[in-house]
Amino acid sequence: MAGNRRKRHNFSSQIHAFTCGKTSFQGDHSLIGGPGFSRVVYCNDPDCFESSVLNYSDNYVRTTKYTLATFLPRSIFEQFRRVANLYFLLCAILSFTPLSPYSAVSNVLPLVVVIGATMGKEILEDWRRKKQDIEVNNRKVKVHFGDGVFESSKWKDLKVGDIVKVEKDEFFPADLILLSSSYEEAICYVETTNLDGETNLKLKQALDATSNLIEDSSFQNFKAIIRCEDPNASLYSFVGTMDIEEQQYPLSPQQLLLRDSKLRNTDYIYGVVIFTGHDTKVIQNSTPPPSKRSKIERRMDKIIYFLFGTLVLMSIIGSIIFGITTSEDIEDGRMKRWYLRPDDTTVYYDPKRAAAAAILQFWTDVLLYGYLIPISLYVSIEIVKMLQSRFINQDIHMYYEEADKPALARTSNLNEELGQVDTILSDKTGTLTCNSMEFIKCSIAGTSYGRGVTEVERAMASRKGSPLPQEATEEEANVVESAEEKASVKGYNFVDERIVNGNWVKEPRADVIHKFLRLLAICHTALPEIDEETGRITYEAESPDEAAFVIAARELGFEFYERTQTSISLHELDPVSCRSVERSYKLLNVLEFSSSRKRMSVIVRNEEGTLLLLSKGADSSVMFERLAENGREFEEQTKAHINEYADAGLRTLILAYRELDEEEYNRFNEEFTVAKNSLSADREEMIEEAAEKIEKDLILLGATAVEDKLQNGVPECIDKLAQAGIKLWVLTGDKMETAINIGFACSLLRQGMQQIVVNSDTPETKALEKSEDKSAVAAALKESVIRQILDGRTLLRASNESSEALALIIDGKSLAYALEDDVKDIFLELAIGCASVICCRSSPKQKALVTRLVKVKTGSTTLAIGDGANDVGMLQEADIGVGISGAEGMQAVMSSDIAIAQFRFLERLLLVHGHWCYRRISSMICYFFYKNIAFGFTIFFFQMYASFSGQTVYNDWFLSLYNVFFTSLPVIALGVFDQDVTARLCLRFPLLYQEGIQNVLFSWTRILGWAFNGVLSAIIIFFFCIRAMEQQAFRKGGEVAGLEILGATMYTCVVWVVNCQMALSISYFTFIQHIFIWGGIIFWYLFLLAYGAMDPYISTTAYKVFIEACAPAPFFWLITILVLISSLLPYFAYSSIQMRFFPFYHQMIQWIRVDGQIDDPEYVYMVRQRSLRPTTVGFTARFEASSRNLKADLEKMTEGQAL
Amino acid sequence: MEVEGGSRSAGAGEDRTIPIQSGQPMAFFQFTQQNLPACKPVLTPAWVITACLLMGFIFIPIGLVTLRASHSVIEIVDQYDTECVPEVHKYMKAPIYIYYQLDNYYQNHRRNQIPNVVGFCLCICFDSKLTPRYLPESNHGLPIVPCGLIAWSFFNDTFKFIRERTELMVNRKNIAWKSDRDHKFGKQVYPFNFQNGTFTGGGSLDPSIPLSDQEDLIVWMRTAALPSFRKLYGRIEEDLDEGDLLEVHVMNNYNTYSFGGKKKLVLSTLSWLGGKNDFPGLAYVFIGCSSIIISIVFMLLHVKNPRAYGETAYLSWNRKSISG
Repeated sequence: MAGNRRKRHNFSSQIHAFTCGKTSFQGDHSLIGGPGFSRVVYCNDPDCFESSVLNYSDNYVRTTKYTLATFLPRSIFEQFRRVANLYFLLCAILSFTPLSPYSAVSNVLPLVVVIGATMGKEILEDWRRKKQDIEVNNRKVKVHFGDGVFESSKWKDLKVGDIVKVEKDEFFPADLILLSSSYEEAICYVETTNLDGETNLKLKQALDATSNLIEDSSFQNFKAIIRCEDPNASLYSFVGTMDIEEQQYPLSPQQLLLRDSKLRNTDYIYGVVIFTGHDTKVIQNSTPPPSKRSKIERRMDKIIYFLFGTLVLMSIIGSIIFGITTSEDIEDGRMKRWYLRPDDTTVYYDPKRAAAAAILQFWTDVLLYGYLIPISLYVSIEIVKMLQSRFINQDIHMYYEEADKPALARTSNLNEELGQVDTILSDKTGTLTCNSMEFIKCSIAGTSYGRGVTEVERAMASRKGSPLPQEATEEEANVVESAEEKASVKGYNFVDERIVNGNWVKEPRADVIHKFLRLLAICHTALPEIDEETGRITYEAESPDEAAFVIAARELGFEFYERTQTSISLHELDPVSCRSVERSYKLLNVLEFSSSRKRMSVIVRNEEGTLLLLSKGADSSVMFERLAENGREFEEQTKAHINEYADAGLRTLILAYRELDEEEYNRFNEEFTVAKNSLSADREEMIEEAAEKIEKDLILLGATAVEDKLQNGVPECIDKLAQAGIKLWVLTGDKMETAINIGFACSLLRQGMQQIVVNSDTPETKALEKSEDKSAVAAALKESVIRQILDGRTLLRASNESSEALALIIDGKSLAYALEDDVKDIFLELAIGCASVICCRSSPKQKALVTRLVKVKTGSTTLAIGDGANDVGMLQEADIGVGISGAEGMQAVMSSDIAIAQFRFLERLLLVHGHWCYRRISSMICYFFYKNIAFGFTIFFFQMYASFSGQTVYNDWFLSLYNVFFTSLPVIALGVFDQDVTARLCLRFPLLYQEGIQNVLFSWTRILGWAFNGVLSAIIIFFFCIRAMEQQAFRKGGEVAGLEILGATMYTCVVWVVNCQMALSISYFTFIQHIFIWGGIIFWYLFLLAYGAMDPYISTTAYKVFIEACAPAPFFWLITILVLISSLLPYFAYSSIQMRFFPFYHQMIQWIRVDGQIDDPEYVYMVRQRSLRPTTVGFTARFEASSRNLKADLEKMTEGQAL
Repeated sequence: MEVEGGSRSAGAGEDRTIPIQSGQPMAFFQFTQQNLPACKPVLTPAWVITACLLMGFIFIPIGLVTLRASHSVIEIVDQYDTECVPEVHKYMKAPIYIYYQLDNYYQNHRRNQIPNVVGFCLCICFDSKLTPRYLPESNHGLPIVPCGLIAWSFFNDTFKFIRERTELMVNRKNIAWKSDRDHKFGKQVYPFNFQNGTFTGGGSLDPSIPLSDQEDLIVWMRTAALPSFRKLYGRIEEDLDEGDLLEVHVMNNYNTYSFGGKKKLVLSTLSWLGGKNDFPGLAYVFIGCSSIIISIVFMLLHVKNPRAYGETAYLSWNRKSISG
């Protein structure tokens, strides 16, 4: 389409009431020029003197955390905000003083390595952001270069005041003021998905004064000055004025085009840049997601504090004993240990100042026992989590092919938390369901049309008919497949030969059907998009149900093909001639949908000049109240049909219309225009009030029903999660009936489950509401809610004995009372006792509040999953927020911690990745503490034999490389690769997940057990070594073992023991584990060789210690083997007994695997059955329940026969 | 109904086109899917029993051999003050090693160590090159060679062995580690300004002999690990018969009385394993026996009790629900 051809629209100002004339100069515009409103933009003249004085920032956007200059100071600052790192820094500084028991370099190096690794990670992450920045900043846009010539330029080179030309489907490079567009009225459509997640198109319109700038050349002499507010984060407000040729015009958000939104349905626009780069609203709005820490990490901090405590205690003991022995060195002027020269010494060893010496010694000890604190723990965990996230992202089973979306772990902090989820709080629409609506049924003039079968109906049918849900689900799956094949038109699944193909004209009430279909085609805000090649029309709609209506209307012969500002054009089937005719309706007003109104209407004038109000409403209570006396002809039947549809899990809307007379319309229009133009705070209310007045006395046409389809695999996934013992709460904005139906469809509810319904929408409560006194109403409502909850609780207590499953269903109004401080405890008690909880009609805020209630009060891990902007609060409040990267924009994904494409991937994310990550991280931390305690205690024990003087038994470099080289890689391998059972078995035995919920792998007993194991290993290593090498000749040549040989031998033992301990405690060896574990040990020997071969000036005590002393001595090897085996024997005995007689659940599964019984279905079933707690939701539970009933029936029958 | 993760992966692996996978070898794909071939050992009773028995049967013989080696060493330990008359109670075959043993003597004290690092650096740096890399602590502006507290507290008792009035030859060569003699202590470094301070510590050195030849000093300079230690004094290269009475003339110069230390003289032969110490052998035997006992106990328990898997009353969460 030629860019310059301007589309003609009959423009009437009635719809877009924001025609800004001088009249609306009021309110905020007087502030311009004052503080906070100081920005001055010289349009089309960015290089003039005045604007260069202002010096606004350029359009370069930097999302990176660091720049080249700030990287070093800033990242170092970040690093040392961690307490542990600060401690190590303190140690490093102290190590330069004579206090240090080892050389400073050897102490600083590990710190440098650790900090360097973390920084490297930061650089890597920042580099990715940098690349993104480069891409964005180098995008091209056409900019006015003077003389009416537009040339393409990079985004980053834009300046405030530049005139840019943005073409269709391009992003706006900065915040612009719209000057003109390809439409004559200077309007344009904007998609703001990136900003607020809303998929509907928004309309913007330029000032009249600039709307004539339609050619590139018209900008040759264009000059204007814009004065407006300073940059701020508010997306929906903007105040400014534009001066053109001595005339001043007000600017409002209606002219503002925001960066990162997209131009749609408009060929091009011209705009002037007012905010650039970091001044733009979208950048001002970007806040980092709230940082969350996992429970394991919080507990890990406690362990670190515990170790700190141990360290300080050890240091105090050491320094006290040291002080005493030092003070005894001179007694009555006589030196005792004369060889230490106590008479001629420094303050560190001075017997006369023993207290001072002891205090100084304390610091030496703090340095010395610092090896208890694993310096590399944090960095290792970070590396491990980063790699784990990679695995999550790359998992092909969580890759959604249709949308080309893999899973995306946006933060790696919470990997292990995924293994501990106790409660899932799920949104319904778009999460459990596809959020693709299908028009499936309708009720017109009291007759129900449409013979499609919904999934819920299918589920219900199978529930009633077949006792074996497995077969039923299989059948179901087949049916679904065939249904999918049939439904060639997306969003349309309407089968009824009475209606389709124009047959409806033969129906008795064809006139009503005609009106009904026309209403469907007119009453909406969708935009048509004509595919140039095929001529097919697709629609851009605010919500999928709206799209479904327009599509349905099209399929039934009312094709909506053009929308202008003032008209809607249809190809409609004429009932008389049975031919398609073009008709256009003059669009006068749109009374938009809002959550409080729950309806939308349009006012049109048809070609005959009749004024029509067409209305559709979401809720029966909203619409039925507004019917005229003569419009209630089909009320009873329609109501019955609506209930039927709701039972089938469908979303229903009621359609009604009325004819208006001119006078009434004019009155309304006046009032409505005033309301729309008012800038006061109660504008919304005024509009609503005006609309209220005209939306009455409607004539009922019928109702529509669209199916909100369940996503693939949702019932299976919910069943697995239920078997894993995870509770699932559904928080939805839908009405109760729909929510209950979806509950049935995904097996959260089943027949025979007692439903506790807490409802404020009952007839009694409605009667209450009629009374005037608002506070009395509230109190009475609250009373009723409390009563219902208490009733539920008594039911719950009764059912505890009969082990009957309960379901709690509560609506939003009741929820508001239930969440009040004095009620929420009993509410929670009830909710936790119930097998399923469904909150319907809940607002985004309530969703977040419920999440917080569960999180805070039960202390268990919550996971929120949702896809829309209304779930953001919930996602951020929960311990883990999982966003569904589906159709409803990116808002949920942007505020989530992990994004997946389909609900069913949650199963794998939790049961497999969550379980693995939990297991990996917890065993990794335990092992870290083990290895450092084992090492640290040998240092401590040696002090007892060196009069607590702070002498280390190991060479300085042995000490410092312990954490960094010899023992770190196997732990990382453990953290990244370990699997207790394979993914397949994780899914087959979902109860395995309970290990995470119960936190059995990171309980205090287990942590202390590992700490104890560490101390035990240290005792065995140390005392075996010194007893074996105490005095006698170390080898054939007669030489005895000195300090350096003891040190090297003991260190060898430590390296062997901790690495083999690792090999013993993991049960999954790939070649990577082998390389790291055995490689670590081999690397130690190589290091010893290389280090020993260096100049003795460098290698000091390690000089040739291996090649000359240790290696040739059989004694060395004998001791290594002895110590190794004896250190591992206790753990080996313990773990084999535990494995054999008191296995954990994962070990039971390992048994089954080892016995090769994994393929014996009966056997597996038996084991699983015995290990399952009876689940109460999911189709397995449903199956169990129905087979129980069947059995009972059979028994009764046999009894009857016997009698 | 059963979701077969494995079989699904096998089927799904080939036809799916995930960007990461394309063009990459199978091993890499398996790696990203965490599906690498792996060995998954499980501590089954058979494994446990076999491993324990095997350990036992390996350890006990090793322990016995070690014990035997230790027992084959004949060792005479005699505490001395002024005189010392050790009796040879068994035939000792040459070479017989002479050690002196000090108790309650903290040569490993950190105060000793810090100057010592410097001290023996000094010795190193004088090796072959004459320019010192490090200037030692000085006394009246002159360097002290060798320096450091350990050198200063050099052990200076001497022993003379007399058997039936004839003096036994004591070989005092080759008693230090070779690397010390060759590399750490310089061949052209001579003691200088040693023990010239106001307060004399231990023994003094012959300033005409280079440090690398002062082997008793080199032995002394190797820090002992523990407060009770032996150091090699020399070798007697004659056999000693059972019942031989040795008369040891001790020059008791070294002061251990101030800190209550004891001095002992040790004569010992050596086995292939070194000196006499029963501990490793006993430990080996003990560990071997324990692992056999563990395997027997385990076997009994295993046979008596039926396998408990699937018996989930043991699971912690079930235990909780049973009890409460």
